[in-house]
Amino acid sequence: MTESSPKTLLDVRDLGVAFDSEVGAVHAVNGVSYALREGETLGIVGESGSGKSVHVLAMLGLIPRPPGRVTGGEVLFAGRDLLALPERALRKVRGGQIGFVFQDPMSSLNPGMTVAAQIIEPLRIHLGLDGRAARARAKDLLDLVRIPNAAARLDQYPHEFSGGQRQRVMIAIGLSCRPKLLIADEATTALDVTVQAEIIGLVQELKREIGMAIIWITHDLGVVAGIADTVQVMYAGRILERGPVDDVFRDPRSAYTLGLLRSLPDLSRGRAGRRRLHQIEGAPPDMRHPPPGDPFAVRNAYATPRCLAERPPLAQAPGAAPGHLVAAWYDLPARLAAEGVSR
Amino acid sequence: MSHVGSPRPGVIGAGTGLPPATGLAPATPPRAEPGPFRAFWNRLTARRSAIVGLVIVVALILMAVFADWIAPYDPIATDWGAIRSSPDWAHPFGTDEVGHDVLSRIVFGARASLGAGLTSVALAVALGLPFGLIAGYAGGILDMLIMRLTDALLAIPFLILAIALAAFLGPSLTNAMVAIGLSATSTFVRLTRAQVQAVAAEEFIEAARAVGNPPWRIALRHILPNIVPAILVQATLTIAAAIIAEASLSFLGLGQQPPEPSWGSMLNVAKNFLEQAPWMAIWPGASIFLAVLAFNLLGDGLRDALDPRQRT
Repeated sequence: MTESSPKTLLDVRDLGVAFDSEVGAVHAVNGVSYALREGETLGIVGESGSGKSVHVLAMLGLIPRPPGRVTGGEVLFAGRDLLALPERALRKVRGGQIGFVFQDPMSSLNPGMTVAAQIIEPLRIHLGLDGRAARARAKDLLDLVRIPNAAARLDQYPHEFSGGQRQRVMIAIGLSCRPKLLIADEATTALDVTVQAEIIGLVQELKREIGMAIIWITHDLGVVAGIADTVQVMYAGRILERGPVDDVFRDPRSAYTLGLLRSLPDLSRGRAGRRRLHQIEGAPPDMRHPPPGDPFAVRNAYATPRCLAERPPLAQAPGAAPGHLVAAWYDLPARLAAEGVSR
Repeated sequence: MSHVGSPRPGVIGAGTGLPPATGLAPATPPRAEPGPFRAFWNRLTARRSAIVGLVIVVALILMAVFADWIAPYDPIATDWGAIRSSPDWAHPFGTDEVGHDVLSRIVFGARASLGAGLTSVALAVALGLPFGLIAGYAGGILDMLIMRLTDALLAIPFLILAIALAAFLGPSLTNAMVAIGLSATSTFVRLTRAQVQAVAAEEFIEAARAVGNPPWRIALRHILPNIVPAILVQATLTIAAAIIAEASLSFLGLGQQPPEPSWGSMLNVAKNFLEQAPWMAIWPGASIFLAVLAFNLLGDGLRDALDPRQRT
């Protein structure tokens, strides 16, 4: 705890999560460690099953137990270990100091409750607001997320809102108690691109107004580039690379990050530069039996024999910007230079 | 027919000129914007069979409530001058073997049938819903205990169980209601549990947990309202089954006790006079048929109208 700098809001240490199944325990998250400063926006990217969503849900005790269980680690939030808190105390954190926005706004709102009733819930639980005061606050929150004619829409049901508006309502609920941290789990994935852009713009504006830290979980690198200060690439329940977003995108040190970046279409090249999109060969490892070495090694053309045998630690990448960490035995820039590949 | 918002239950059936039912029809007050209840009402009344079922149910309920005004005679008054007399102007439905007016007994018998149907299902829901909610939401050992008990009850056919319980409790209409209610409980435990588990897996339940709701609040405020439609449909259909069960128990002498009228016990007596006085059997039989049909039509209509797949 003494290591935490005064500005550290969230300090995740060696977090592990497993799900017990009939065919053995599935190790979804394995020794994830990172820190988040106050007001920082962290983008976490990775494919389905990389543990990016599960590890944040586990922090707040939101994974179903059983079959899920936290196998180890600490999650220090504002100096307290969330994993050691009793359920009752954890409930005060959920929705209070930590707000959540879920993936699908179509299914994250209760279809049988008015929007006002759903915004008021956290206000009642965490701020003790009720009646007229809570309603006034709910209207202010709808104004905050730029829903026009908020007062008239309070008593409407979710089905009367469009997808983008519902996600705005979800953000209003997430921000209702002025959280220090907002966790958005694939918050724009289910929305079409123009609405996505609106929501991202809104979150950035709200961040300037409220100043909360954000963990933005997505598999969309473009969104991360637009919103995050720091990016963290996860694979097979581990962090493979992490660092300032510009630095990681310009100078990736993990072959997995490189593969993700290469799989993006490059519109700047125009029609003439059109190329077949890159595809990462193979499939993620069976997490019932995590590989002993680098989990990405079997799919990695640059892997060395050591990658298969021994797990690389997450450490400062040589020659990269400070805070740019990578878990790799191979030296990606050197290998690329040797191949004569230009990105 | 499809015009909504002006339920006029007095139009068909008895033609008694009685004031319209106030608290009986599930009509919702018209509102400016199409709220969820209004939308439900529109979907329900879009189906002709559901309207027929609803109208008959309302008419039967009115008949039961206002039996004292509708029935031309005291249902237990005997007219020794008219034993098993065939239908005529004095006794439109004829009389039975001790001179009871069959029409009056049909009208009063609706009290026993509908009363038993509604009361027993209310009891079944009141018992089944909490247990199903606990089993579905709490899970674990409580779930296992409740469900094994439910399985044991479900292994016994509904009517056999009701007969056994009624025989054990002793013959009376109240005991018959209790017996039917207890027999129907396991269905509601099972349905509630399945519905709770389905709703609990929805993303908005996770969202509700993520804002710090305690479990009891999630169960009562977020899950319960979302399973009401399924329970309502099942309850309506179970009322039909309960009406048959009450008639069966009364037929066997375990329900309504003579001389108090019940459609089932009327059939029991009538079976001895089928050739001499068929009207004694036709009217109570037709009444049971009509009531059961109406509740089934209404239940089917409710199921269609509340089907979440048809909602926007």
